[in-house]
Amino acid sequence: MKAAALLLVLALAACDREERAFRALPPGADASPAQQLSPLVPGPARPDPRVRNPYGANAYGIAEGKRLYVWYNCVGCHAHGGGGMGPPLLDEKWIYGSHPEEIFASIAEGRPNGMPAFGHRVPPDQIWKITAYVQSMSGRVRGDAAPGRADSMHSLKPELLREARPVEGDPGVMPR
Amino acid sequence: MTRRRWTAAPSLLLAALTAGCGALPAALDPAGPQAARVAVLWWWFLGVCAVVYLLVVGALAWAAWRGRRRGARRGSPQSAAPPAWADDPPELSADPARERRLALAVAGAAGATVLILIGLLVGSVITGDALAGARPEAELTIHITGRQWWWEVEYPGEMASERVITANEIHLPVGAIVHLEMTSADVIHSFWVPRLHGKIDLVPGRTTHHWLAAERPGVFTGQCAEFCGHQHAHMGLLVVAEPPERFAAWLAAQRRSAAAPDTAAEARGLEVFLDSSCVLCHAIRGTPAGGRTAPDLTHVASRATLAAGTLANTPGHLGGWILDSQGVKPGNRMPPNALSGEELQALLAYLESLR
Repeated sequence: MKAAALLLVLALAACDREERAFRALPPGADASPAQQLSPLVPGPARPDPRVRNPYGANAYGIAEGKRLYVWYNCVGCHAHGGGGMGPPLLDEKWIYGSHPEEIFASIAEGRPNGMPAFGHRVPPDQIWKITAYVQSMSGRVRGDAAPGRADSMHSLKPELLREARPVEGDPGVMPR
Repeated sequence: MTRRRWTAAPSLLLAALTAGCGALPAALDPAGPQAARVAVLWWWFLGVCAVVYLLVVGALAWAAWRGRRRGARRGSPQSAAPPAWADDPPELSADPARERRLALAVAGAAGATVLILIGLLVGSVITGDALAGARPEAELTIHITGRQWWWEVEYPGEMASERVITANEIHLPVGAIVHLEMTSADVIHSFWVPRLHGKIDLVPGRTTHHWLAAERPGVFTGQCAEFCGHQHAHMGLLVVAEPPERFAAWLAAQRRSAAAPDTAAEARGLEVFLDSSCVLCHAIRGTPAGGRTAPDLTHVASRATLAAGTLANTPGHLGGWILDSQGVKPGNRMPPNALSGEELQALLAYLESLR
């Protein structure tokens, strides 16, 4: 009985991880989060505008992000996370924030000193997938959804085996 | 009612059996030397296996009939109880001469089986050997790259400007021996045009050499023959075999860069193309678009199909594909594109001008 209940819980827990929503966002849907560039706001405190990455716990979404990271030549500047012309993405240091919507904003709207804005080219749905992959590079996604292999040869540990780090405001991080 | 159903059954069965008789399966209607050899091998296999099957079934029937007759001689066939000889089985080795005859027959059958299997193996190896590898006298080289889920086709030229890259459509001159250099960009695919040749695997990180020739003009369909993911079933291609002069004209046309937009709508279409997601993956030679991860669109309107043989290439299909490719071929790599009506019409006008 206990085993059956455990199995049921495990089966349900895996649903989000395995879902492949090819038409998650219908054409024209705006998935860009509202941007708040400064914590200073006039008037009373507002509710936290932070959003969760829809693909933060989705293995297919993160794997797609990993493919797009190469297709859209993120590797050109950031390499496979070690950095080069652009800052490294594997470490603890985040110039413009490690929250999913901050990473989204960095990709969509660009950042000073070199990061171009891709928001008008890359559809929001794909930016969320790339964001999920960028989170996974420094262990900021659920361990059971992080990629375990790579299409290209590089010497890094697979994302699955990297040290887990908590995602602020996202309870979805699982120990690995 | 029941009676009618019963009389309908045999005719239905007959219809089902003869439904495939209109034409032979593509692999048995060869249009090139490779497929011809494969077909010959296939008919040999069919013939030998049919003869062996008939002999085995005949021997079985004869043994059953003889056993029954012997049983009838020993006991009453009318009795409902088990026949009398069930308790008293015939002795197997009463007669040493008969035993020797039986041993000879079994050894002969086993020996014949081994010989037939070796014969089929030798035929198969000889055929495979004749089909595989490269041929030095090849007149034309084509590079084929399997991708999830389409085919990139490249005709290398002596100079970079003579190089042609297209997708899902291979043109070749009738009668010419064509050398294929094939690889895969992601997972293992298998290139198969049943009327021209046998299946050849495309392995990532490895180049496979193969040759083929078409003996008569025609359009032959091909298909990925190795499961490669979600849209494996929609990974088709066309091989167009045409007279050498028509092939030369086609190649010359494909070598040209994309036509500059003629009308205001086409110019606007190019602008839309360069300003939207298209440009991240697709290339159009002669424009700044240089993506290499999706099909080259330099002469997209000259192709017969869209999405690797999934749709006929019409403006309507192209529009639907651009807006909602995931509805047509779920899981494919092209994202849905949110274009306004005006942008879509301009983009279609431009893409349709790329002949």
